[in-house]
Amino acid sequence: MKHRRLLVLAGVVGAIALVVSLSVAAASSNKPARVHKAAAIAAPKVPNAKAIKKKYGGQKITFVGDSVGDGHKRDLALAKRFSRDTGIKVSVVPHPAASDQSYAQLVRAFSQKSSSIDVAMIDVVWPGAFAPYLVNLKPKLGKQSKLHIKSIVQNDTIGGKLVAMPWFGDYGILYYRTDLLKKYNYKAPPKTWADLFKMARKIQTGEQKTNKNFYGFVFQGNAYEGLTCNTLEWIASAGGGTLIQGGKATIDNAKARTILDAMRVQIGKTTPRGVTSYQEDQTEHAFDDGNAAFARNWPYQYGIGATAGSKVKGKFNVTVLPHGATGKSVGTVGGWQLAVSKFSKHKPAAIEFVRYMTSPAVEKFDAITNSNVPTIVSVAKNKAVVKANPYLKPAIASVPRVTRPAKFLKTHYNEASKVIYQGINQILNGTPAKNVLPGMQSKLNQIIKQS
Amino acid sequence: MSTVATPAPAPRRRRRRTGLQRRQTRIGWLLLLPALAAVGFVAIYPLGKTVYESFTNQEFLQGLEPTKWVGLDNYRTLWHDTVFRDAAWLTIKFTLITVSFEFVLGLIIALVVNSNFKGRGPMRAVMLVPWAIPTVVAAKMWQWMLDDVFGVVNDLGMKLHILSHPYAWISDPATALGSVCAVDIWKTTPFVALLLLAGLQVIPRDLYEAASVDGASQLQQFWRITLPLLRPAIAVTLIFRTLDALRVFDVFSVFFGNRPDTQTMAIYAQSTIVGDGHVGYGAAISVAIFLIISVFVVIYMTFMRVTEE
Amino acid sequence: MSTAAETTPAVARPVSRSRAFRRSPAGRVLAKVPFWILILAIFVYALFPFYWALRSAFMPATELFNTPIKYFPTDPTLANFREVLSSNFFQRALLNSTIVAGSVTLVSLAIGSLAAYALGRFRFHGRTFVLYLMLSMTIFPQIAILGALYTMISGFHIVWFINFPKLYDTPWALIFTYVIFTLPFTIWVLTSFMRGLPGDLEEAAYVDGATPLQVFYKVLLPLIAPGLVTTGLLAFIAAWNEYLYAVSFIQSPSHYTVPVAIVSFTAKGGNAFQVPWGQIMAATVVVTLPLIAATLVLQRRILAGLTAGAVKG
Repeated sequence: MKHRRLLVLAGVVGAIALVVSLSVAAASSNKPARVHKAAAIAAPKVPNAKAIKKKYGGQKITFVGDSVGDGHKRDLALAKRFSRDTGIKVSVVPHPAASDQSYAQLVRAFSQKSSSIDVAMIDVVWPGAFAPYLVNLKPKLGKQSKLHIKSIVQNDTIGGKLVAMPWFGDYGILYYRTDLLKKYNYKAPPKTWADLFKMARKIQTGEQKTNKNFYGFVFQGNAYEGLTCNTLEWIASAGGGTLIQGGKATIDNAKARTILDAMRVQIGKTTPRGVTSYQEDQTEHAFDDGNAAFARNWPYQYGIGATAGSKVKGKFNVTVLPHGATGKSVGTVGGWQLAVSKFSKHKPAAIEFVRYMTSPAVEKFDAITNSNVPTIVSVAKNKAVVKANPYLKPAIASVPRVTRPAKFLKTHYNEASKVIYQGINQILNGTPAKNVLPGMQSKLNQIIKQS
Repeated sequence: MSTVATPAPAPRRRRRRTGLQRRQTRIGWLLLLPALAAVGFVAIYPLGKTVYESFTNQEFLQGLEPTKWVGLDNYRTLWHDTVFRDAAWLTIKFTLITVSFEFVLGLIIALVVNSNFKGRGPMRAVMLVPWAIPTVVAAKMWQWMLDDVFGVVNDLGMKLHILSHPYAWISDPATALGSVCAVDIWKTTPFVALLLLAGLQVIPRDLYEAASVDGASQLQQFWRITLPLLRPAIAVTLIFRTLDALRVFDVFSVFFGNRPDTQTMAIYAQSTIVGDGHVGYGAAISVAIFLIISVFVVIYMTFMRVTEE
Repeated sequence: MSTAAETTPAVARPVSRSRAFRRSPAGRVLAKVPFWILILAIFVYALFPFYWALRSAFMPATELFNTPIKYFPTDPTLANFREVLSSNFFQRALLNSTIVAGSVTLVSLAIGSLAAYALGRFRFHGRTFVLYLMLSMTIFPQIAILGALYTMISGFHIVWFINFPKLYDTPWALIFTYVIFTLPFTIWVLTSFMRGLPGDLEEAAYVDGATPLQVFYKVLLPLIAPGLVTTGLLAFIAAWNEYLYAVSFIQSPSHYTVPVAIVSFTAKGGNAFQVPWGQIMAATVVVTLPLIAATLVLQRRILAGLTAGAVKG
């Protein structure tokens, strides 16, 4: 008995010793090039710093920014530069990693009329919901907003007020395997959805002979916001409208039914059966492990596939998403904006911070150091930026952007999006579109009436 | 006995009883004071506010409109809400399946660990592992293991010739509930086993020795000694496990998100309050959840007669 | 008992064949086999996912989602562990979680055992009501009371000059709110243990002149030791793994607890969409091992204290 207790004690001590030695080893080890890129390139200096310092120097503002990780590090580097140049102290708080927690955090702060947040990073579908609590940036930043992509600026303008400035702009693109296209004698990536399905089927049949886990096409099919983005791309590119137009839901129409049914029959045939549970992460894994011929995802996937050690390095490229028989290729707008809270005690200082963060110099900095997609047209065309982010080639970057109908739904956007993605998920899991779309449309119209 | 001496002792007996009774009551409430203070402080305001909100039309992002009292409107809508009805039914099914499996498995594990054998100590630690892993991490891990393309469950199943082809455990509506039940059973059986083990350990061993000498078989000892003496532990375990199962959220949220056919009551409540922003309606849903769970508690109380001596 | 044992050896009682087999050497070994298979099954069932986490923690990120699946890392790397352990962020989270979970456990056990003493060993009206009151606290879904709790810990005005302190973004907010869900459970379990002890246990002590509190910690507490350790362990783990309140009431990374920290891990040079599985698995392993070690030590403790001084009146 006594010996056993001693043994256990020894085991515990041994485990602790292991942990301690690992951390000591880590601390003292030669950390290879872990210096973040943001430190390599200096944060841009603040234009007009002296004037700002005179007026607002010494004030303290809180910025709820990107979540913990490289995004947070970038925010810290920029905030430090800003504080140094203008004397306005910026305290950076990372928002929760999960998007719905981030939304809830802002909701709680705003409903309490808290002055604890001055500048907030908000998702592209939130301006409508938060509009009553945000400052109109048009008087001071209206001129600068003209540099940004028009559709995003329109998205951020609610009732004539510019409630947020565009900061990063994602959009959906198609990833494809160049080597497989060549192997199966295809000269170019597919232009229509029908072409995509045909090519995916042929490549899949061929590849499955040697790789049972290979599938033709992967995308985000889980019942969450990402599915709304995918759905918008399918329907808009097939000429079926943008879900809600002119104050009414238009999702139930012949073209939408066709494209959704076409997608439905692919599940399990040219896509894995489990694609209706996929989010961005699983899509990226499937493609980057060489198990998919085509993938729809945001631009972030490019950088991962191109790093050394990736199975598909040098074997893939990107292009715009296909379109329907009638219709044009589109990409759903994702990304983040910066907004100033109405309850902030230092609104002018906060606005100056937003002006800095959404300026061309800083967007260029973000694009090069963090691969963030810039929302300023001129920055997106800059050579250095395009070099670091090949998906910004004009052919792709100029794809028409469609925005989700958040503006019309305001605080009810989440509810409406839920109706959409739950219905589409049902369709993908086997129910024909004509049984689901009418119900969705009437529910959406009900919600619109409440907005 | 009766005629002469009784009048004198009676008043003395009554006085002694009330004296002792009063002392017991006083000390009892005094000892309860910290617990009641903690409860009252922390729970009364939130619970009361929720019940109050269920009678209003409060929204998360009100804008600048004031909240109105709407009486029983939320409850009327809830009564006709088929989504809630489906969610409640799914949650109850989930509860019945998981609690029964966890109870049986937990009892087996507790009995095994309680008996004398060499690997007892490590076994007790090992059985705690599933419970020790944070739920969000465990759920994500299982989601990955159950994937139909790169999941290890399908891979192993095919290698051992148990499965003929990979299953989309989570996506396929037919296997969805089964997969989430399996994960929950894996995760919470240790909780049940640990509680039952604690109950087993207070049963004096000489009872079993006496029964052995009397010639009782293992099975008889189990039915006649173990189960009856374990009844209070079983009752507490079942009640709390059922409460937790009826409020299940994390595993379903990670596996299915807001998928329409797999919403539990708690997921519906959360998506109504946080996602849709209908705080008032969400509060009504929470009160409904409270009432449904109370029904289960009453059922347990009547069957197990727990609060009796 | 003793007299019976003395007289029986002389009489050869007829023994059933199955009993004879079970007593023979061969029978004894065979009877153990199903038992050991059961043990093995339990081991595998509980540990396989943990083994999977362990294996994944040692694999480089690029290999994690490769098909065909590797059951054993072919070129193991310590990179994930290094990332996790060397990050200040995670070390702080471990410290925060330990403080919060430890405090919650101590508070629950202290208050709960006193309450269990009252509810289990004293007779007075309203006992049942209090038990049910405790139970009703755990019946509301977490999300329902989240909003109200948030208002409370953001510092709100109760009456006159009495203000609730602002606990937002401090460990106190969590300690305060976690007590809601650990206390009812603790009280219920400990009450049932208290009730299970024989009714006349305290008599001897009272005759000796002990006060109720002395009876409590000298006589009763040692006897319900398994209950204390069990509820302590379960309360600790529940508080350690809690996510919803931790993410809603804490905003600075230096105050994050372990579940929030794990969810916030981002891959090196990565995007918000990427989930750094290797690091998450490494963190899981790092977090689970001390808990297991602590259990190993604790469980031996209570077994020793239990059978001694057992209930012989």
